[in-house]
Amino acid sequence: MKAECPFLKKLANLAFNRHMAKNMKQMLEKFTRRIETSGLVEPGGALFGMADDRIVWNRTDPAQKILEPLFSNLNINSVLFARPAFPYSVIIDFLAKTTRNSTIMPDDCETRTFLHDLPVADAFSALKLNQCLKARKSVIVPGGSIVTTGTISPEQALVAFSSVCFACFVKFFSDFLKHVQTDGVSKKEARLFSRIAPFCAELRPAPAGLVHGPFSMEDEIRTAMAEAGKKTVEAGLVDSSFGNISCFNGKTLYISQTGAFLNKLEGFIDPVPTDGSRCTGITASSELGAHLNIISATKDHAILHGHPLFSVIMSMVCDIEKCEKKGECHKSCPYDRNICQIPIVSGEVGAGPHGLCNTVACRMNDQKAVIVYGHGVFTTGKTDFNDALSRLYSIENDCRNEYFRRVRDVIGDISNLMAS
Amino acid sequence: MNSKTKSNKTNGWWGKIAFIDLEHRRVSIQKPALKIYTAFLGGRGLAGFYLKDKITLSYDDPQMPLLIFTGPLTGTPAPTSGRVTFMSRSPLTGGVGDASAGGNFGAALKRCGLDGLVITGKSASVCGIEISNEKIRITDASTLAGALVQTAHKQLAPKGSTAVIGPAAENGAMFANVMIDGRHAAGRTGIGLVFASKNIKYITVSGNKRPPVFDRTALQEASADVMRLIAASPFLMGPSGISAFGTGALYDLMDARNMMPANNFSASKFEHAAALNAPSFKKQYGFKSHGCSGCHIRCKKTGRDNRQIPEFETMSHFSALTGNSDIEVVRKANLICDDYGMDTISAAATLAAYFELEKRRPGPGEILRLLGEMGDGQGIGKELSCGAARWCAAAGHPETAMCVKNLELPAYDPRGAYGMALAYAVSTRGGCHLRAYPIGHEILRKPAPTDRFSFAGKARMIKNGEDANAVADSLIACKFTFLAATCEEYAKVFTAATGISMTGQDLLLAGERICYNERIANSKNGFSESDDDLPARFFSPSGPDALAPIDRKDFLAARSAYYRVRGLDESGMPFPEKTRELGL
Ligand code: SF4
Ligand SMILES: [Zn+2]
Repeated sequence: MKAECPFLKKLANLAFNRHMAKNMKQMLEKFTRRIETSGLVEPGGALFGMADDRIVWNRTDPAQKILEPLFSNLNINSVLFARPAFPYSVIIDFLAKTTRNSTIMPDDCETRTFLHDLPVADAFSALKLNQCLKARKSVIVPGGSIVTTGTISPEQALVAFSSVCFACFVKFFSDFLKHVQTDGVSKKEARLFSRIAPFCAELRPAPAGLVHGPFSMEDEIRTAMAEAGKKTVEAGLVDSSFGNISCFNGKTLYISQTGAFLNKLEGFIDPVPTDGSRCTGITASSELGAHLNIISATKDHAILHGHPLFSVIMSMVCDIEKCEKKGECHKSCPYDRNICQIPIVSGEVGAGPHGLCNTVACRMNDQKAVIVYGHGVFTTGKTDFNDALSRLYSIENDCRNEYFRRVRDVIGDISNLMAS
Repeated sequence: MNSKTKSNKTNGWWGKIAFIDLEHRRVSIQKPALKIYTAFLGGRGLAGFYLKDKITLSYDDPQMPLLIFTGPLTGTPAPTSGRVTFMSRSPLTGGVGDASAGGNFGAALKRCGLDGLVITGKSASVCGIEISNEKIRITDASTLAGALVQTAHKQLAPKGSTAVIGPAAENGAMFANVMIDGRHAAGRTGIGLVFASKNIKYITVSGNKRPPVFDRTALQEASADVMRLIAASPFLMGPSGISAFGTGALYDLMDARNMMPANNFSASKFEHAAALNAPSFKKQYGFKSHGCSGCHIRCKKTGRDNRQIPEFETMSHFSALTGNSDIEVVRKANLICDDYGMDTISAAATLAAYFELEKRRPGPGEILRLLGEMGDGQGIGKELSCGAARWCAAAGHPETAMCVKNLELPAYDPRGAYGMALAYAVSTRGGCHLRAYPIGHEILRKPAPTDRFSFAGKARMIKNGEDANAVADSLIACKFTFLAATCEEYAKVFTAATGISMTGQDLLLAGERICYNERIANSKNGFSESDDDLPARFFSPSGPDALAPIDRKDFLAARSAYYRVRGLDESGMPFPEKTRELGL
């Protein structure tokens, strides 16, 4: 190619930079809207930055000064800083203040697999953030705010943010029940619980009226999946960054793509022929294997997978005292456990000897539902998503009721907590 | 940095490198300072460290080193750590030439008690190098001169893991490979020809020393984190992933995304794709899996006859790129390349350019015949074996060569993934997809999806991807694993193996140093912005079956942004301050 004129080159670069900055800003605005509508952050509360050769922010904020050096010190391209909405903020703040070793160690699957642990910084300074983010994707800062990063996309920062909120919520309620039942609850913990319990005991309205199957046309399947995905998120049964969904028409399994937002599936569904004649499922959800096995075990055509909070919390409550597999509950529990009559199975994400692709399908048949330890729930429906979604909803409802019943069994009315 | 300081006691690495002088038939062991190891890690990084000062020598100068390096994880139980780097100055590109190879060679070399080999000089006659633990012998290999890879490998296999060149290298093919264990290629940049220029036919390695590991329990724990992520990856372990179907699993995806380069990149769609995908190969030839040392993904496939099934790039280029719809020709073309020791991407792309200039499709049997001639250095094949760029230039049509820095482009149409376009252009290796592999996010949606038709944010993404893959190539871990795990998890693995505490970002800083070192090396040979470019074809309309062209202005601006993010000047040349900052 011939050499370019330096002046024209400069002009072209300027125009390009303006254009790219605009694109990046739009990207950040999209992710900001997403995190706000998810309810994880109050409107206007998220500070999102993305860098190419220069940094673009979704809005101006004094915190930029502290966050900007991260882009030159770390191999990242995006940063999200926000105080999560209530009750996540107060939970995270509590866990951060009470943890030892400046690290929160949740037990849920998402943390174990992707975040490993949650570092806590004792100050919101460039130096402290840098120290923690050199080793991890997230850091909790004083006041219960979170900073997360992405290496190639702001979406990674958003997903990490959501994971931290989820993990801390699950950890707080799991720990609380354990403390209530065994070694006692601290005053601060009791105060926080009684403050957030009323908020958490409420379930969003039951979803209903999904389009009815059976479906024969590809378009119908895609529409039904998009609708079910959206309603699952709206019902609070999964954050939009997680979960997956599939529908089978006898020949092809249509399944959400890996990393697809469950409430925005249009264009993000992979057709996977079950005769193995094409490899198009290579971008499908990590749980493609589990979905295929569930279809063949149940003969049902619709599968839904969410991460409802109390189902996950209750899946980790185990009454078996002397278990030789303690500590390995997530991968090799030797017992047929149930909660609210729903089977609980071990299983790690995806394939492998402990993969939930092998553990879920075989216990799916009785209740058309299975809870995976510390992870989430799979439900099915014969031809469409009506039963799958209402089952997911009622399992979460039952687990929530069961959780609060167990708390009340020990302490009586929750208001007693404050009195004691 | 000075490499000859006394070594400290190391874990992960042995702290020993063998220097083999073929001319004087001398072998010496050097113990580089620990700081050299921590700065360059191993594999590609350490090889690059030893190459930089010699990079201006011609590839066939006896003093040009041939470098073979393992990493701190090689031979340990760390996941997918069995690979090895071959490096020298590339005959094909004239720049840094390296190949990451699978098989057992890396682990076997490490078990000899060595981290790497620096081979200089030229043997007076065809020789072999036989390494058994720390014993190194230079042998006469004249009886194997001209032997096919399979023949030589079979004869040598009792001596250990083998690295062998085939007739293509001996006959001067610029894209000659070194073949590991008879079936894994150290490919692309013509390292086979560097072997031949030193009169080396083969190297065998066999050792029984257990590489030193700082904390085996911690290594097991850290490896479990990586294994968990591997299991969670649909690309690696899913029912349609590469463990089940080999890298050929990508073939359907490239077809579905309309970015399968066809007819020498004049089209992005191939009408016969559905019949030539990985499941078709499986049906026709049966699949048996094998893999590199210590890898449980086992993405390599052989057929019922125990011979290799082609990898994705080979499948795609010997079908779509060359306009061939016969599955048997694809398979045989791959086997011929393996037997002669030729890079399949370069061979196919050169043929595609040839047929375009001939203005015709290949006749029956013609692809296989021409490949044979390339390997034998006969007829038109002799001319074609210098690669597409040289051949097209000689034919008066340099624009027909689909190359970057003379290295033929792989099977991802850059018009279908703009990050890939930028990554091809700026790669220190030439037209290579593996330096940054943005296909991971642009197509495979990992670790998160990005807009494949936009340059927004791509400069930094490519720089970050290059740094991460440089870490993978230096530890060494298979780059495929890096589509699931990251430096965050591998830092824990590294620390457990070496006892040296590093975070993911510390490793990435080493990755940045390794990449910058290569930019410096290439700049010494005059590489600059005019070399960081794509063929003109991608910037103008190519016809109804091709994706829309890339906006040239946007591409150039994205490249300028990349230079700024990478710390290079406007022409892509290194800055002295940045060089110092990285300790180079
Ligand atoms: S994934 Fe494939 S290429 Fe990578 S180490 Fe395993 S077998 Fe080798
Ligand atoms: Zn899940």
